[in-house]
Amino acid sequence: MNRIDTTFAKLKSEGRKGLVGFLTVGDPSLEQSERDIRTALDAGVDVLELGVPFSDPTADGPTIQAASFRALQAGVTLNDVLALVGRIRADYETPIVLFGYANLLFRYGYELLCADAAAVGVDGLLVVDLPFEEAGEIRQHMDGAGLHFISLVAPTTPPARQKLILSDAKGFVYYIMVTGVTGARAAVASDIGDHLTELREATDLPIAVGFGVSSGVQAKAAAEHADAVVVGSALISAARDGRLESLVCEIRAALDKE
Amino acid sequence: MSQQPDTKGHFGVFGGRYVAETLMPVLQEVDAAYREAAADAAFMGEFHAMLKTYVGRPSPLYFARRLTEAWGGADVYLKREDLNHTGAHKINNTLGQALLAKRMGKTKLMAETGAGQHGVATATVAALLGMSCKVYMGEEDIVRQAPNVKRMELLGAEVVPVTSGTRTLKDAMSEALRAWVAEVEDTFYVIGSVAGPHPYPMMVRDFQRIIGDEARLQFDAAVGGKPDAVVACVGGGSNAAGIFCGFVGDANVRLIGVEAGGYGLDSGKHAASIIAGQLGILHGSKSYVLQDENGQIQNAHSVSAGLDYPGVGPEHALWADEGRAEYHAITDDEALDAFHELTRLEGILPALESAHAIAEGKKMAAELGAGKSIIVNLSGRGDKDLDSVLKIMGKSDE
Repeated sequence: MNRIDTTFAKLKSEGRKGLVGFLTVGDPSLEQSERDIRTALDAGVDVLELGVPFSDPTADGPTIQAASFRALQAGVTLNDVLALVGRIRADYETPIVLFGYANLLFRYGYELLCADAAAVGVDGLLVVDLPFEEAGEIRQHMDGAGLHFISLVAPTTPPARQKLILSDAKGFVYYIMVTGVTGARAAVASDIGDHLTELREATDLPIAVGFGVSSGVQAKAAAEHADAVVVGSALISAARDGRLESLVCEIRAALDKE
Repeated sequence: MSQQPDTKGHFGVFGGRYVAETLMPVLQEVDAAYREAAADAAFMGEFHAMLKTYVGRPSPLYFARRLTEAWGGADVYLKREDLNHTGAHKINNTLGQALLAKRMGKTKLMAETGAGQHGVATATVAALLGMSCKVYMGEEDIVRQAPNVKRMELLGAEVVPVTSGTRTLKDAMSEALRAWVAEVEDTFYVIGSVAGPHPYPMMVRDFQRIIGDEARLQFDAAVGGKPDAVVACVGGGSNAAGIFCGFVGDANVRLIGVEAGGYGLDSGKHAASIIAGQLGILHGSKSYVLQDENGQIQNAHSVSAGLDYPGVGPEHALWADEGRAEYHAITDDEALDAFHELTRLEGILPALESAHAIAEGKKMAAELGAGKSIIVNLSGRGDKDLDSVLKIMGKSDE
């Protein structure tokens, strides 16, 4: 069974909300980023999302763009990312999702990538610029390798399209809370409850919400109608300021609060 | 006959829609609205009337007698897109897209720009139709193309400096895509080339095909029959796609796209995506892309800001694969020589982009020889490039 499924099943049985933590691999160096990843896992991240640095991250805001740039300056490649996953997997059972852009995976070769990723212990792929219509080829190889293709649903996604996306979704559904790029926001959108109620009726999969969450208070609010919260840019900023552990603990505590 | 992509925007293995989910619905909306508009005689009638009275079409097909004599080969005809309002072919497309945006009830336009020609053309139609306009432009290009920045601002557009990456066209397009995600409700993204996600490569080509349709009729009226070759420069590839459309069904007409060879293909500093790139995914479509072995996008180089882009439209990639069009590279130096030659022999200052096509035209004229004829698409005028050219001339005098 895929670790994503076992983790969400466990969270559900415990009545807890999950924390999906995102960090860009190689920011600012492979060594530091591995230390940060271990810190985040030890502090209570339930699902680890690892950003593969790309030269043209068109769906990312300034924080993740800058992290991606620093990682590329450090010379980090997809091969380095996979090797790092292998080292993390030796010590942790936490599910790992690679977050990246299609060109990197395409150049590596979809089939080879899926085999290599599964071999080192990756559990899923989230390819931000590979919408349902273009995902058929990679999904075929992912299914063969036992990897979950994580589907995204946006506030702009109409019901018929949502149904299409959900018809073939696996692991969890990633609901994008804002019409915008990744990055911290002042407040969580007020109409999110309505969207999530609709989404909940349309799928049995766990729902993770993301884009714009940066504090325990926001995470708690965002998690009200979801099963997990994704925190990315805020973790990257915290890691740079040496307060990654405290932020993960703050969010974890807020999510666990009755 | 130009080909239609499949319903998801694929030209063979190329094209498609590689964008964030947030943008998928609006792309489907633009696609549906465009197909409906293209089939509506009233919409197309308005578009063509504006092309005539506002843009100044048809643009002439001009027999370049002195160039032909100097080159001593095939007869050379120039399709004079430089005579359009705003000085380039770009306005054909921005007018079409702005009319579509208006029809869809959008009130704001946004665009990316490199040299500033597409930005000016978008700001122009925004002023004309009473819409607001934001243009994303790399900080580096804002410095290089200062007069066009002023033009856009005079036209009422807001020029947004892009400070990420190399601060040129590639980054301007990335930033425009990011900004569009956040403003998708009321904003129409006017893409300036036959690149980007479906339906843009198809739609931009269709709005530009007026160039080829006119040239075909004009050549037949002036000379009779078809030219032996049609030559156009290719950055993203919109002027080339536009003129190729008029002749792509004529197997005997050679179609030659000219990519920017920069300092030479061996130097690694060029913008020849078809000749020297690999299949990849950039800015929403699959095509040939300049990239390293890991799939990171590489920086392009060209003396002409409008060709300085590491990707190319998917239909060109298909034409190249099928062998229907040929793609050759012209270096910075060759383009500059052609710039001066056309200026002195014909009294026409070409844009540096178009000067690449002129330089290739010279080679083709010699290759084909007397008694044959070629059309070179003179896609824009060179006023915007005076500073760059004078600077280079100053350097070579030292």
